[in-house]
Amino acid sequence: MSIKIMGSGLLTTIQDAGRFGYRKEGIIVSGPMDAVALRIANLLVGNEERAAALETTFLGPKIYFEADHLLAITGGDLTPMLNGEKVKMWRPIRVSAGSLLQFSAPKQGSRAYVAISGSFTLPKVLGSYATFLRANIGGFQGRALQVGDELICPGATSVGEQMLQNLAYKPSIGGFGQTSWTIPPRLLPALQTRSTVRVLKGPEYAWFTQASQEAFWNQEFIVTTDSDRMGYRLQGEPLRLQEPQEMISSAVAFGTIQVPPEGHPIALLADHQTTGGYPRIGQVITADFSTLAQVPMGQKICFREVTLPEAHFLYIQQEQQMQAIKQAIGYKVRF
Amino acid sequence: MGNSLEPGNIPAVNFYPLGDAAIILEFGDHINRLTHQHIQATTEFLDQHPFPGLVEYVPAFTTLTIFYDPWIVSQRGSRNPYDAVMAYLAEMPYFEESSPEKSELKAIEIPVCYGGKFGPDLLYVANLHGLKPKDIIKLHTQTTYLVYMIGFAPGFPFLGGMNPAIAAPRKDKPRPRVPAGSVGIAGKQTGVYPIQTPGGWQLIGQTPLLLFNPHRDRPSLLQPGDQVQFVAITEKQFTKKKEATHEH
Repeated sequence: MSIKIMGSGLLTTIQDAGRFGYRKEGIIVSGPMDAVALRIANLLVGNEERAAALETTFLGPKIYFEADHLLAITGGDLTPMLNGEKVKMWRPIRVSAGSLLQFSAPKQGSRAYVAISGSFTLPKVLGSYATFLRANIGGFQGRALQVGDELICPGATSVGEQMLQNLAYKPSIGGFGQTSWTIPPRLLPALQTRSTVRVLKGPEYAWFTQASQEAFWNQEFIVTTDSDRMGYRLQGEPLRLQEPQEMISSAVAFGTIQVPPEGHPIALLADHQTTGGYPRIGQVITADFSTLAQVPMGQKICFREVTLPEAHFLYIQQEQQMQAIKQAIGYKVRF
Repeated sequence: MGNSLEPGNIPAVNFYPLGDAAIILEFGDHINRLTHQHIQATTEFLDQHPFPGLVEYVPAFTTLTIFYDPWIVSQRGSRNPYDAVMAYLAEMPYFEESSPEKSELKAIEIPVCYGGKFGPDLLYVANLHGLKPKDIIKLHTQTTYLVYMIGFAPGFPFLGGMNPAIAAPRKDKPRPRVPAGSVGIAGKQTGVYPIQTPGGWQLIGQTPLLLFNPHRDRPSLLQPGDQVQFVAITEKQFTKKKEATHEH
């Protein structure tokens, strides 16, 4: 069984939860921009939540299914269509052999995830399937998917097989069947065009002038078009240090907001390098990574300060919701 | 913000959060061997005594950043994650003597073909100091370097100990493609590019060794704490070694 890439989209890569344990060797985590969406996509098709799935960016790909498959589409609404008909997101979908998945105009967010029950047959590199583009490792031959690529699928997991059977009794329109149930919207990550992201002060926050500290919290930044999976370049009133200071290179993370000398912040994302030498004014909280990753280029973003205990509370709440989603899906499969 | 431990005659370690899933341990504000040894000793301890919820760590010149999973560390939200990690870290013996000093170990030899097409900036660096290219090569190969940290790119070593007499500023405009294996100088630092990437260092030579190989157990040839010795080789030796390293 395999799927065929008929159109590559803007940037479609294979990502799993990420490559961990090698940052000390300068090897980045990679992995999904929106980890919550990837995990839920996998859970919806009975995969292990860290399994490899497709990450599509803004303009989605065209995918041909050679056999029947169970899939789920989550993340930003890039208007997914199956065999020319709109298909719903955040739920299991049964597609028949010969179906074509494509995307139309992006409506909300900027990245969608497509998980297929049983995932893909690919080699693991350093314990992960995540594509690390600059080093050409992981995913499918270490690169973004191109027209003509064929991805081998080993076939549905046992839970996925059960869901496929459940869906076989549903009336199938246009070569696919989807469940009527979905993930409760209150459990879904925020998808807005004007996003507020919650941030903790960074280690070098105090290095900035008071005016720049205030500007950081009060102004809107535009995500410029030279942004990528490595980071969002943000345009606004430039942020200034009280006095020139050289930082000794130290670790950075997903969500680190660093400020190069010209004063325009960069919010680091999934493909961020392991260490950096620019002052870190802030750090986006983990619970808001998905919100951050879904902000489309050209849109505005602003930052709101929270405390560390608040950030931890929100993270733990998000994980508890993930457990609730896992349980709810398990319940749906059994009954 | 942050806490610190004050043990007698050893510099204090400062702790502060990097967001909600990492803690930075700062062992001082100067790049030196003692600070480096403390960081090394701490990473060795963490390797032997990982705490539940430890994701990984990143040693740098003066800091060790420890990444943790707040969900696991907090035992699914039943305790404060930061306090839980701090409790583990407070138990760590930061100030014990570092394990057998790596300086007694033999340095890893990195063969380099200097100048020509392999080191297009060697002449620039020589002219900058009013020296001959062979003097730069001599000064660059005389020192035993210490790998302080790996960062920037997979397996990219930040080496300390270069003779300041051959220091050179970064290029005004970075090259869009620096070939893998290129040996460069930036300020008082020297290093090797493991993969082809854009870069602004002055390139003085190239090694046929693979500094990054994702198919090795340890993908990075060099690890923090390693000693490095550059050895000059001819173009003929370069070609021969390159064929040998890339055969398997």
